[in-house]
Amino acid sequence: MKLLVNGEERNVDAPPLRRLLDVLREDLGLTGVKEGCGEGECGACSVLIDGELVNSCLVAVCQAEGSQVLTVEGLNLTPLQRAFLDHGAAQCGICTPGMVMAAHRFLLSGAPATDENVREAIAGNLCRCTGYAKIVEAIQSAAAGAQR
Amino acid sequence: MIPVTSARSLSEAYAILHQRPRGLRVLAGGTDLMVAVNARVGLDRIGHVLDIWRVPELRGISLEGATLRIGALTTYSELMRSRLMAEQLPALAAVSREVGAWAIQNRGTIGGNVCNASPAGDTLPLLLACEARFVLGGPRGERTVAADEFFLGYRKTALGADELLVRIDVPLIDGARLSYRKVGTRKAQSISRTIVAVRKGPGMLRIAAGCVAPVPLRCRNAEAAALSSGDVRAAIAKDIAPIDDVRATAVYRSRVTANVLLRLLQE
Amino acid sequence: MERIELEHQGMVGRSPPRKDGADKVTGRARYLDDLTFERQLYGRTVRSHVAHGRIKSIVWDPDFDWSDVTRATAADIPGENVVHLIEDDQPLLAHEMVRHREEPIALLACADREKLEEALLHVRVEIEELEPVLDPLQSTHVFKSYRIEQEPAGLAEAFARHRVVEGTYRVGHQEQMYIEPQAVCALPRPDGGITVYGSMQCPFYVHRALQRLFRLEDDRVAVIQVVTGGGFGGKEDYPSMIAGHAALLARKSGRPVKMVYRREEDVAATTKRHPAVMHYRSAVADDGTLLALQADIVMDGGAYVTLSPVVASRGVLHAAGAYRWKHARIDCRVVRTHTPPNGAFRGFGVPQTMFAIESHMERIASELQIDPLELRRKNVLRVGDVLPTGQKLESSVSAREVLDAVAAKSDYARKRSASVGAGSKRRGIGIALAFHGAGFTGSGEVKLKPRAGVELTERGARVLSVSTDIGQGTITVFAQMAADALGVALDDVEVADPDTSLVPDSGPTVASRTVMVVGGTVTRAAQSMARILAAYVAEVFSVAEVECRGGIFSAGGKSLAPFAAVARRYLQERGPLSVIENYRHPPEIAWDDASYRGDAYPCYGWAATAVEVEVDLDTYEVSLLGVTTATDVGRAIHPVLAAGQVEGGTVQALGYALLEEHFWDRSGKLLNTRMQNYVIPTALDVPRMQTVLLENPYPHGPYGAKGLGELPMDGPAPAVVAAVLHATGALVSELPLSPDRVMRAVAP
Repeated sequence: MKLLVNGEERNVDAPPLRRLLDVLREDLGLTGVKEGCGEGECGACSVLIDGELVNSCLVAVCQAEGSQVLTVEGLNLTPLQRAFLDHGAAQCGICTPGMVMAAHRFLLSGAPATDENVREAIAGNLCRCTGYAKIVEAIQSAAAGAQR
Repeated sequence: MIPVTSARSLSEAYAILHQRPRGLRVLAGGTDLMVAVNARVGLDRIGHVLDIWRVPELRGISLEGATLRIGALTTYSELMRSRLMAEQLPALAAVSREVGAWAIQNRGTIGGNVCNASPAGDTLPLLLACEARFVLGGPRGERTVAADEFFLGYRKTALGADELLVRIDVPLIDGARLSYRKVGTRKAQSISRTIVAVRKGPGMLRIAAGCVAPVPLRCRNAEAAALSSGDVRAAIAKDIAPIDDVRATAVYRSRVTANVLLRLLQE
Repeated sequence: MERIELEHQGMVGRSPPRKDGADKVTGRARYLDDLTFERQLYGRTVRSHVAHGRIKSIVWDPDFDWSDVTRATAADIPGENVVHLIEDDQPLLAHEMVRHREEPIALLACADREKLEEALLHVRVEIEELEPVLDPLQSTHVFKSYRIEQEPAGLAEAFARHRVVEGTYRVGHQEQMYIEPQAVCALPRPDGGITVYGSMQCPFYVHRALQRLFRLEDDRVAVIQVVTGGGFGGKEDYPSMIAGHAALLARKSGRPVKMVYRREEDVAATTKRHPAVMHYRSAVADDGTLLALQADIVMDGGAYVTLSPVVASRGVLHAAGAYRWKHARIDCRVVRTHTPPNGAFRGFGVPQTMFAIESHMERIASELQIDPLELRRKNVLRVGDVLPTGQKLESSVSAREVLDAVAAKSDYARKRSASVGAGSKRRGIGIALAFHGAGFTGSGEVKLKPRAGVELTERGARVLSVSTDIGQGTITVFAQMAADALGVALDDVEVADPDTSLVPDSGPTVASRTVMVVGGTVTRAAQSMARILAAYVAEVFSVAEVECRGGIFSAGGKSLAPFAAVARRYLQERGPLSVIENYRHPPEIAWDDASYRGDAYPCYGWAATAVEVEVDLDTYEVSLLGVTTATDVGRAIHPVLAAGQVEGGTVQALGYALLEEHFWDRSGKLLNTRMQNYVIPTALDVPRMQTVLLENPYPHGPYGAKGLGELPMDGPAPAVVAAVLHATGALVSELPLSPDRVMRAVAP
């Protein structure tokens, strides 16, 4: 089956129920997508499918056929990622790719980057290291930068 | 390898149902079934998967007279973004926002919530309070089942082996207001400890609750007590049968369900 | 409080982007499961389904095709069947007795993961069940007990003559829930040795454990930490177990074996924070002066000793809180139960006892009708005061300062005196004070003899130590310290991978020791190297008084040569240069293991937390409206990373306070092993936090720095108790403050 992954057409030969997470990590080598729980709770596996944030551990690959998939590897050191660096928003980093995808999607929405809006956008991405403080700061900083 | 049919139309889906493959499971957004697949729970009992994610007839929200028609595949995100929902039934959009978080809301469907029939399903008390009707379809045709006749037992529904939930019809009532409160385990990505929904209209009151019995249910004793200015707290105690589990104790559920109901009735 | 002015402007005290940050934000960082090894097999563990029993037999289904499955049991261990730690009582694989559910009994490996999962269903262990002991209060098997006394002769009189306040405080298990599960890969070597890559905090712990299991000399074992997705103590000792398993399978199969735990397995089988039941009894003067303390603490160690003696030790040494007492007797015992062994989790005994003493202070304030902040201010430790073990606090004491800072920043006085409300929502604010000994307890560092240093590279230096970056920023902070000592740019300093075959043993990444102990040693080594290079430059250029700044050597204001040029020339002329230093323990610090008296820690960190809550009296849910912390870190080498430690630890502690709870059934089975049913805070569960960092330098710490990593875990939970007490009048003395518990306390 054909998937469009990070702008590139990829041919995937996998059992239909194989998790998109495993197809991305193992078949396509995109190890930036992480597994933290296997049950759609932690968000470490977050990617965008046709522009919407999903947990790739819950997507059967047959359902992604013909779709556009964006992973962290498809971002090219965006201002958001630079804001993560500047603000210290990554500690151990395992939640970071998924967090970046959720934040990226939030910035695309153009919603005002209030504390509440930002926290709601990343509520499905668990972080155990940072307490979320600098992640929220980084996203707000990137949003402010995007407005200029 | 478990065979999967990705149906592209309702008739294609019905054709599979007609064959009645052994161990058939329906896959919508995956937020329930894929958790079981990940955990390798009951895999040997899954004989065939019918993937309905791309069946267009199952999507869409429309207004037909005084009935709000919600396609079974409508996701929580779609409920949250729908102008019709905002106008006609904002509470259902609001509870959708309390399910999981963005990634779950983009894939979880209201039909999945109904067919999964968990006693903790967040939309279910609201649908019960609205006296929603579930439209079931299959190779033998369509039929409608009232919400409060759909949940037969713990995770057991009236859905036949060769049927799909196609649509949820919600009768709109002039002057009626639907409200609810979900009490979850944290502020996002949480399963409810208890959830109560109330629909109040002229001379009409419907109360439903979740997480307080093996099924989500209408609270008819509470309704009668509230309408006759009786003891609502004592009445709802007769409607529900909560248990202790890792989320809450029965005592907590009893007390808080009544508290929440009384507060909703005041509003 | 004095701030030591740094002699030169360098990287220390600044917050550059972390050196491993770019890889992390782009997804390029490779964690263990991102690595593939040629011909790798996957490994899984067969575990006990019974909490206590005698293994009768392992039954392998004869109808299953085992030909491509490697199987291993205790009989396959060539050395000692032990996971080496303190007491060596824990087997790698159970062979006669099982002592907890999920105890490992056998191992499987296969190249085909589907087949591997299938294989797990085709092996059965027959166990004769024995009665398990699950309640620590019922257990008579004591792993270790401690008693600390301070002028005990006066206890009886104090209790007889003054008001007595008594309370019992309970805390349960807490799961580290690092987002990356336990993961290792073991590779058999042609020389019969073993190499292990893994997610871990302490490579040499694993190294030594492997030596005992496989009878291997030092140079036939290499353990390498890879990028690690969180540890918090949960990857302190457990990796020795999983690495031992992978290694056994690797040796038996002759192929690399990768083991990555599924989340449910990780939660069910690995270590957690020790539960504790803590009974406190205090005699207090009517004016609020604390006089006498009697505390009796029981901690649940689980089935094997692991780190329990040290957890109990740290717990008991902090049990009296940051206060002066005239008389004290504190007893603590840690006992065995037939549950998975408990282990290290950030705080390591202190979150438990600090919860008890701080909640007890609230009880005292309540009974005496004194404002809790005033009660604390009145009794708080100062320089010159003596702790129950006889340690005199010589310097760097900030108990009063952090209390005042947090009270000011959180607007405590105004909020405290405001009405809590009369409707269905009640508001409250509470404060807790914590302190935390930095570094190993007592003579730990002296016994360990940690070593670390730097080696010269063509453009700068490479830091050599086995201290791991598990998110806290070790790589960046060590590079800053070495860069400043050498006078070069941050980019010119790299940090060697923690590989036990290549770096000196600087000790484990635990006990809030990494910056203070190891960073200090790295700094001294870099300073030595700087002197060697300066002398070399002086010789080459025939000058005196050489220094290096901004990567340029100069003398008398005149530039001589860039560091890189000097380094290349030195290496060409004189060969490799590395300087490894031994940790130098301040000689004034004296501790007696036998009597358990003296200076338990070289210095202490201090922190105060103010929490503002709203309690919903319909649902008894506690919402956090505001969180403010004030933390004395000695010196913030990297202020953003330091604040990150405070913020992260605070939120873990708020989870401990409000959300995180484990439930067990009567057979010793853990009922909630998923992220869905063991809930940690999401971004919506915590508000914006105010973080104040204070610097009260510790004279023997590098640039004045002292340990920080665990201190933030100690105060927030009792601060929540205090705030809920203020809001509702009810003191909830058991964690977490679930709505169920709040309901029972507020409306019994």
